[in-house]
Amino acid sequence: MSVPPVALDRLARPDEPAPPGRSRRVSGVLGWAGSLAVFVGIIGLWWLASHAGWVSRVFLPTPEATFISLQGGLRHGELLAFAGATFGRMMLGWLLASLAGVALGALIGISATMRAYLRPTLEFMRPLPASALLPLAISMFGLSPTMVLSVVAFGAMWPVLLATVHGFAAIEKGLAEVARCLQLSRAAFVWKVGLPNALPDILAGMRLSLTVSLIVSVVGEMIASQPGLGQAILLAARSFRANELFAGIALLGLIGFASNALLAGLEKRILKWQRP
Amino acid sequence: MTERIFNRLRGWWFPVLALAGFEWYARGIGSSSDAIAPPSAAVRAFVIAASDGSLLSATAFTLGAAGLGLLLAALLGIASGIVLGLSARAARMAFFSVEAFRPIPSVALIPLAMLVFGFGLRMEISIVAFAAFWPMMILTQAAVRQVEPRLFEVSQVLGLNPAQRAFKIILPAIVPRLFVALRLGVAVALVVAVTAEVAGNPSGMGYAMMIAQQSLNPALMLAWLFWIGVTGYAVNAGALKIERWVGRRMGAAA
Repeated sequence: MSVPPVALDRLARPDEPAPPGRSRRVSGVLGWAGSLAVFVGIIGLWWLASHAGWVSRVFLPTPEATFISLQGGLRHGELLAFAGATFGRMMLGWLLASLAGVALGALIGISATMRAYLRPTLEFMRPLPASALLPLAISMFGLSPTMVLSVVAFGAMWPVLLATVHGFAAIEKGLAEVARCLQLSRAAFVWKVGLPNALPDILAGMRLSLTVSLIVSVVGEMIASQPGLGQAILLAARSFRANELFAGIALLGLIGFASNALLAGLEKRILKWQRP
Repeated sequence: MTERIFNRLRGWWFPVLALAGFEWYARGIGSSSDAIAPPSAAVRAFVIAASDGSLLSATAFTLGAAGLGLLLAALLGIASGIVLGLSARAARMAFFSVEAFRPIPSVALIPLAMLVFGFGLRMEISIVAFAAFWPMMILTQAAVRQVEPRLFEVSQVLGLNPAQRAFKIILPAIVPRLFVALRLGVAVALVVAVTAEVAGNPSGMGYAMMIAQQSLNPALMLAWLFWIGVTGYAVNAGALKIERWVGRRMGAAA
């Protein structure tokens, strides 16, 4: 239903050793200042492009105008409410997807027979775009908040489900033998051996499904006219209010950034036992 | 012998049973519904769409937009990934900007792309390119960082200039990993292309499916859903095959 999990974030962090002759902290601060300066430079280029008229104002508002509509929208609560609605939809869908994905994945993954029967079907569903289910869901549930939520949850479930199945399939034979010697019940085996073993895979899948939930929430709001940032930016673009459009895009980027950072922190804490 | 055949068929039981159950439900209890249609009706709708050419043209549009977007993303992503991978200073400098722009969900740019390009191919290409650019860049950067350091020493000894170093040493060394990145990019590109069509761009497979739903033709809608699934599966399987073949020929990517 989506792309295979790759921990892009972990690859993105440049953690080279500090150049010799300088303390690590100083070079870290300098690096931060430098990268911040580059970012400010990009904003400056944006300012120049919009003020000098290189790009039409219809497409590219000035940074000030964007900031003012962001500030106004957040203060008067309109944009804040939309952002809250989108964030809530995304989180609820993601939680439902994670629960269902882990439960179903454990059910399928625990038995080699189940895996043999169901895996080809699951592999066929994997590359299917979650948004392609929206038309089907609309005809079944109508243009309702439940419809969007169900597609978010269903679409975001696949990365978690497939990761859980994979995690259970990769349990070492020795562990299964130990469990048999200890006469663990099936439920105890799932809880004490299977899930901890699959946890790194599950977390990687959950990270991917968080991205999927945000995307599907936004698309669902766009085509089902549910209150949220997706609808807000679509309406802003249709009425040529580019500053509001950019404010919405910036907020969506912020939601993506914050949720990813939160999950990365959680992952670090949960997987502490893995590192020596 | 029979056991082998049986094992081979195991994966087919579930989809066949599910389709049969769906057919039974749609013909019985659900026969008055505008929302669902039996699979047999979907097959008929599929054959009609395949024979009147609409299937081919919509598929070609979606695959073309995904392919061109991926091409653009690959060119830009590989070039910037090589720069960021070679120079630790450039990577540190770009860090904040990359982290600030990367989390923007690609679909958030759909309204902007509509505003700038209108409907059509260019709008979809730009969205696909934005979405696929980040994984291409980051995986290329990681690939360059893992190039055997001795190769750099060789290039120093030979006195190669930066351009020669990029084309004669680095690019050949990262080819297997580039194909891993491309396979990932193919999956992203196709998903984003269909999403852009569902969300508004009036062409391609995603739009055909939306129209089928809006004209209360569930059989045609299910046919498109199935076809999107088949196309996605085939394209991804093909990309995986190419990646493995390149990996075997060029030395497996770790």
